[in-house]
Amino acid sequence: MSYLEIKNLQKKFIVHGEPLEVLKGIDLDVNQGEIYGIIGFSGAGKSTLARCINRLESSDAGSIMVGGVDILSLDKKALLQERRKIGMVFQNFNLFDSRTVYRNIAYPLEISDFPKDQIKERVLETAKLVGLSDKLDAYPGGLSGGQKQRVGIARALVNKPELLISDEATSALDPQTTIQILDLLKEINRKSGITILMITHELDAIRYSCNRMAVLEEGTIIEQGSVAGIFNNPKSRTGALFARVFEEFQNISLTEGAGI
Amino acid sequence: MSLLDSSLWEVIKASFSPEIWKDLVAPVGETLYMTVISSIIVLIFGIILGIFLTLTCPDGLLPLKAPYITAGWIINILRSLPQMVMIILMIPVARLIFGKSYGTNACIIAIAASCIPMYARIVESSLLEIGKGKIEAAKSIGSTNFQIITKVILPETLPGLIRGFTVAVITVISMTALAGMFGAGGIGDIAVRFGYQRFQHDRLFACVYILIILVQITQGIGNLISNKILRTRNLV
Repeated sequence: MSYLEIKNLQKKFIVHGEPLEVLKGIDLDVNQGEIYGIIGFSGAGKSTLARCINRLESSDAGSIMVGGVDILSLDKKALLQERRKIGMVFQNFNLFDSRTVYRNIAYPLEISDFPKDQIKERVLETAKLVGLSDKLDAYPGGLSGGQKQRVGIARALVNKPELLISDEATSALDPQTTIQILDLLKEINRKSGITILMITHELDAIRYSCNRMAVLEEGTIIEQGSVAGIFNNPKSRTGALFARVFEEFQNISLTEGAGI
Repeated sequence: MSLLDSSLWEVIKASFSPEIWKDLVAPVGETLYMTVISSIIVLIFGIILGIFLTLTCPDGLLPLKAPYITAGWIINILRSLPQMVMIILMIPVARLIFGKSYGTNACIIAIAASCIPMYARIVESSLLEIGKGKIEAAKSIGSTNFQIITKVILPETLPGLIRGFTVAVITVISMTALAGMFGAGGIGDIAVRFGYQRFQHDRLFACVYILIILVQITQGIGNLISNKILRTRNLV
């Protein structure tokens, strides 16, 4: 059953008076409870696509259905309500430096009509889920990148959303931390059945986490299907390029690398 | 005692004499009164105006072209008037409000008219410094614009707002001294009447000390608070 359904999504920006087509008719089907990967080089339109889904960016044409709700037809108030059901995690974490970890995680509850006397319980539960129970009084400024992203994930999850958009969530992290964060996302997905849209330029992240993926190139989805299928038999240039880059990295031995 | 007939050293020594300082108690009170009241007015209206500018600017949360441009124009016009001209210009306004065109309260209007636009610009640039990503995050969580301003933008930019306010208060202090020339009383009044018109340089020096101390204390408090916040947040 598809949870996120995007049809013919189009988006133009005006850059220096010239229209620039960033999304040229995106069609996407993400099933309920899966981790779906979208890969593309910089400038392919990945982030724009992510931001169109919760209407941080307006779109010019097409339709977006999230859990049966037509996102593009919502009025302002309904949109705010709907955004609370779509969690978003960012590359730069975008935490609130003025708030402790606890209050960062509590923020989404504070601003919604969540019962006040249940906030603490929910925050503690979410903090435990992401492994931050001992950092609740710390400020984001004193945390490592991995810890910051855990706060970001907790903040996105505390409302118990049904869809989590991860916009390059691991791109600013070192490989070891990346694995930890991906493991966390997989665990959350397994436990709660949340649908995750993982947008990234990192091949490994998608190989590690997703079953299905799409390749985005210059505003078009040029290939979609199972991760294994695209890796082993890429039909598109970007897909082939990613697969080749991956292989080349695998083939470089340490001694060869040192000679360059 | 004057520099015209005494040495610098003697004037400095005389400037610490108790009788001079006794005469300064009331003027210092007036200066503090003007500074505190003006600063509070500047703080409130400066923040409101600064928020308005950030909100309505083309990249803001609620872009409104005409109000943004109008507010910008008014601010620029008020800011292009030198403080002395502003004081003179506000005399009829003060008469309208307080029924008299001189005195401490009358000058507070001029100080506010001059310093609110300045602090509004400082607030605007502080608020704009917040990372766009944080606002996006707040939006993605479903925050209303009001929640974004009160719960995200203002707390996040608090250290900058405090440093900016320090600058504004110091400008207010300097303007209260100038206002002394126009019947506002205070330290400026003493400096002009005794230091300038009667060549009593010992009294002038005493005024200078007080102004230096006031500014130092203000700057010190501002730095202390903003650094404390930054340290608490682990940002320094």
